[in-house]
Amino acid sequence: MAAVLKDIGRQTSDEEDRVRTEIDKITAHTVYSRLREPLIDDNKSYSDVTGDICALFERSPGTGWWILFGISVTLLTIGVVAAINTVTVGIGTWGLNKTVGWAFGITNFVFWIGIGHAGTFISAILYLFAQKWRTSINRSAEAMTLIAVMCAGVFPILHMGRPWLFYWIMPYPNTRGSLWVNFRSPLLWDFFAISTYFTISLVFWYLGLVPDLATARDRAKGKLRKTFYTILSLGWNGSNRTWSRYETVYGVLAALATPLVLSVHSIVSFDFATSLVPGWHSTIFPPYFVAGAVFSGFAMVTTLLIPVRKVMRLEAYITIQHLDNMCKITLLTGSIVGLSYLTELFTGFYSGNPNEIAVIVNRMLGPYAWAYWVMFSCNALIPQLFWLKAFRTRIPLILMLCILVNVGMWFERFVIIVTSLHRDYLPSSWAMFIPTLTDVGLLVGSFGLFFTAFLIFLRLFPAISINEVKGVLHYARD
Amino acid sequence: MRATEPGEKTVRYAAAFFDNENDLMGIAAEARLRGFVIQDVFTPYPIHGMDRAVGLKRSRLGWIAFIAGALGLISAILLQVWTSAYDWPLNVGGKPFNSFPLFVPVMFELTVLFSGLISIGVLFMLNRLWIFSKKQIFERVTDDRFVLVLRQEDASFDAEKAARLFTKYHAINVMEGDRFV
Repeated sequence: MAAVLKDIGRQTSDEEDRVRTEIDKITAHTVYSRLREPLIDDNKSYSDVTGDICALFERSPGTGWWILFGISVTLLTIGVVAAINTVTVGIGTWGLNKTVGWAFGITNFVFWIGIGHAGTFISAILYLFAQKWRTSINRSAEAMTLIAVMCAGVFPILHMGRPWLFYWIMPYPNTRGSLWVNFRSPLLWDFFAISTYFTISLVFWYLGLVPDLATARDRAKGKLRKTFYTILSLGWNGSNRTWSRYETVYGVLAALATPLVLSVHSIVSFDFATSLVPGWHSTIFPPYFVAGAVFSGFAMVTTLLIPVRKVMRLEAYITIQHLDNMCKITLLTGSIVGLSYLTELFTGFYSGNPNEIAVIVNRMLGPYAWAYWVMFSCNALIPQLFWLKAFRTRIPLILMLCILVNVGMWFERFVIIVTSLHRDYLPSSWAMFIPTLTDVGLLVGSFGLFFTAFLIFLRLFPAISINEVKGVLHYARD
Repeated sequence: MRATEPGEKTVRYAAAFFDNENDLMGIAAEARLRGFVIQDVFTPYPIHGMDRAVGLKRSRLGWIAFIAGALGLISAILLQVWTSAYDWPLNVGGKPFNSFPLFVPVMFELTVLFSGLISIGVLFMLNRLWIFSKKQIFERVTDDRFVLVLRQEDASFDAEKAARLFTKYHAINVMEGDRFV
């Protein structure tokens, strides 16, 4: 061997040693712990990974997909009818009154924005912490983020009453004199926060998709399919120089998206916290909203991925280990949410402010007490079952618990908004909020939009990041 | 002894195909140290350490992101101070016109927005990634092949030496071409 090497380089043995050491240094690989479980089951090869994941959008969709799609489109249609009713007749079609001026609309808005947070959490925060298990789930979680933010955006825009004038909330030079938006308003911050969140999430998701779209392009059979992926993959050829810059920018975007996760829901919580309404005017809101958002988002990712891995036969990629990890994060964030509820109660009573105390008592014992207790049990108590391994590894149990968490988190927003508003400082104006059919239609429709868009995503793009999974294929197996 | 710049024209190249990252990493490191000029390497997924093996310098995109972020921050400050305090000062609840803390959320958001969009734009520009891009795409490189491309036009290129290296690292096949795009 030494002779061959010497011959190749025609070098002295000192130089030869230097070259050898240098090569050894460069090619030395990280030694993975043998105690860890492999991330991907079944000893897949690189081309197995490509084949398995591309099959999801290359073969024709099964009956299961069509049934789910039919249901989702039906729900979406209900929502569209409700939206048309809202726009043509007016906001009077909602169950709002002079006392409760914000109810379902803002509840749905905050709920959907919160759902989006898990996607960014998985793709950005777990990336920065080098959590390799994120690779199987980040793509669909990011898609979920984008779709959830779109669902959220529908509500403030509809609530404007004249949605076609939504651009009035942007600062733009106009012909109405020097008329500018009010930068002191949390609602304007919302506009900036959500549009930035959506844009950054979109480019982050797309950047991650480009290498996989190139894979799809190279496999595509039909002309239409080939053109579609050729355009979207931007001539990606897997060059190391491109990968190197790609990874730098991916890291930068992850570092930017991490504080964004924390900022978006903090700013959404400012809509409430900067007011003087008892039950809203609370310093715990930003961290409490962020924890709740990640909590509901993880529950939603889990709810989506369980059927997807089953229907699309992805058990080798999304393993019980992945579900287990997600349940642990749900448990952690659920505990933070539970602690926040207790803190709210404590500060309410400790403040000595009769109005604060009245709101807290009204929440727990008033006409909407049922909603409060649904919220409390679904968010603070039920996730505690995830301490038991049996609940983190049995799929029907995980699914059931996660759905309950989503129900609980929707009620959390409802409780915060409606119970704080419906009994204000003036007992003569106390009122109840009763949702109308249009309210319910819009809520149902937003779920329709969410599932329809997610099902279309599954048919067009790789639901699992092909290149990232290849990178961790031998993890804990070498 | 250096990696080429994207604009440089390569006359002839030899591309060797491998089926795993270890061989590619090994040959990339050795080829460079033995004096070959590496045009580029192509992989289905990013391989950490490859930059060092082919002698690629650390990307300066991080700095671009930082400068873009600073630009976003400055724009947000100028926009808010100018509109709220100079162009149309509006008395909202008696708050000061240029109340700085209230400008922080928009400042943060625009910093992130500018930084993210500009750095991704620069990435696409530097790598000539755009919809009508016409680049060399090696077969199966987006699936399961690892490719090393050596430049041949240098006087120092020794075909025999290269062939021996390819064999040593179990190259599956070797392809030669006239022009690298």
